[in-house]
Amino acid sequence: MALPEPSAEGRFGTFGGRFVPETLVPACAELETAFREAWVDPAFRTELDDLLRDYAGRPSPLTECHRLSDHLGLRLLLKREDLNHTGSHKINNVLGQALLARRMGKSRLVAETGAGQHGVASATAAALMGMECVVFMGEVDIERQALNVFRMKLLGAEVLPASSGSRTLKDAVNEAMRDWVATVETTHYCLGSAMGPHPYPWMVREFHTVIGQEASAQCQALLGGPPDVVTACVGGGSNAIGIFSGFVDTPAELVGVEPAGGAAVGRGVPGVVHGSKSYLLQDEWGQVSEAHSISAGLDYPGVGPEHSHLASIGRARYESVTDAEVIDAFQLLSRTEGIIPALEPAHALAWVVRDKAALAGRTVLLNLSGRGDKDVAQMMDILG
Amino acid sequence: MTTVTGVGTLEAELRARRDGGRKLLVPYVTGGLGDDWVETVRAVAAAGADAIEIGIPFSDPVMDGPVIQAASEQALAAGATPSSILEELRGADVGVPLVVMTYYNIAFHMGHERFAHELVGAGVSGAILPDLPLDEVGPWAVAADEAGVETIMLAAPTAPDERLPRVCERARGFVYAVGLLGVTGERQELADSALVIARRLKAVTDKPVLIGVGVSDAAQAVAACEVADGVVMGTSVVRRMLEGAGPIGVAAFVAEVRAALDE
Repeated sequence: MALPEPSAEGRFGTFGGRFVPETLVPACAELETAFREAWVDPAFRTELDDLLRDYAGRPSPLTECHRLSDHLGLRLLLKREDLNHTGSHKINNVLGQALLARRMGKSRLVAETGAGQHGVASATAAALMGMECVVFMGEVDIERQALNVFRMKLLGAEVLPASSGSRTLKDAVNEAMRDWVATVETTHYCLGSAMGPHPYPWMVREFHTVIGQEASAQCQALLGGPPDVVTACVGGGSNAIGIFSGFVDTPAELVGVEPAGGAAVGRGVPGVVHGSKSYLLQDEWGQVSEAHSISAGLDYPGVGPEHSHLASIGRARYESVTDAEVIDAFQLLSRTEGIIPALEPAHALAWVVRDKAALAGRTVLLNLSGRGDKDVAQMMDILG
Repeated sequence: MTTVTGVGTLEAELRARRDGGRKLLVPYVTGGLGDDWVETVRAVAAAGADAIEIGIPFSDPVMDGPVIQAASEQALAAGATPSSILEELRGADVGVPLVVMTYYNIAFHMGHERFAHELVGAGVSGAILPDLPLDEVGPWAVAADEAGVETIMLAAPTAPDERLPRVCERARGFVYAVGLLGVTGERQELADSALVIARRLKAVTDKPVLIGVGVSDAAQAVAACEVADGVVMGTSVVRRMLEGAGPIGVAAFVAEVRAALDE
């Protein structure tokens, strides 16, 4: 395994842990045990692999961007998680967690969502496995991601608004945790990123290592080895940790890209919220700040604890880009390659574009974690 | 286990009252909510509270339902900070022990030692950090013990039997029995789970056991105290503050619960 297991206490270095109300401690422990057993159970792995292949459409291709590479003066490869069923990498994790929930005898999924990609993926898995699904979504996001709200409802999920605080992803997580505190005996919390209390950051990473494993083999075939740079957007950081896992033990440079208004690694200090210790945007008293990003999926003041660890030991570095740079990158990929990206991975591309001089002549692998269909209405308003 | 083996002032006070045959009543008041919140604290003490829980608002209160969330948001919007709340308590001279309830990041961000000393300086005896479970409490608990702050531990209905004695052993002041699966808020009836968890705790500890979360009125408090040593009442108090009952109105409610418990 390229990235090691966290400590028994769920720590990645000094980050992580299990900071949840006593009520949830047994559920986290049960989940850890269930995941540990399932992950080494060939029957579970086979069932998950079959679903990933026959239902989600894996493996996802590696696409070399010839026109955009010429334009930027570097060699750009895209890992096409946007081509998965439901339109993003989120399906990898959700299929794993839904199978695990069934194994634990839990018939109801509760999830949070920002842009709606994880909510749609959760609703999809629930429909596939005949489970009940409730998705919490910030009121602000319900407005800017109306299409995904409708998709979730179409899939049979109930979408409930998070109307407190910043009314975005952070508050949707709060509501999902409150629901879970009340329903823990029958409900599995299907957390959507590599964050939260132990074992979630580790488990979600493991469900996404398939991205890194495929990309590593694809790079081996195409390049004869790893690329020079591997980059991905980082909100909670699940798509990034998934692709990083395939290259952490190679010389490849790992670069996470955060939104300027939600740069937890870049501008946060260690804090504890939503179950783990990690870099966190907060005020002088430890009140959690509201993030601000054009991308609902990255509009989050925290980050998964393993990213904090990778940053603190210097194995990965974290850059941030502005909304304006993201809007440019979104259009650039659409026009040069015929691929409309989600606003989230457009962050990673925005960094590549900005740093193209430093990246000149190098090979850059970018995890294109989602497709832009969900963002088209929002971009119509922005671009006029 | 850590250094302190003696019983702290909060626990000593609560034990003495319990052993004298009294049922313990601990109302919760959101710090910084309205201009007269300290007056409310004093009025509640005079109305028969045995200790008072002071909420230090946090931006992301995952154990709290809509009423306490709204109170927290309102207090934060009015500029309340941990230090401003403690500063106002410093000279309050309430006459019963005070305990703060907040979330761990407030203590972590300030630093364990400094937060503990700020509490002591404001005359606060104990702390409740609902998102800091037994397995993570160590570093805070050491600092709190050394400063003389009693860390109240929560015990949940979902806890397996082997966990409860360990929770009780680490608890200082009293043991907070979580009455139901869910967040704070008023309920129509006292949940059966409240009596079950209180009974399980009474079987393994002689520390005061108080039921909180979902104890909503005088009748429910009386029912809870058939097993428990007392109750924590939060939302029913804070709702009255939000509705503008003022110190007198809130104290009248507390007096009503006190009278029912004393019958």
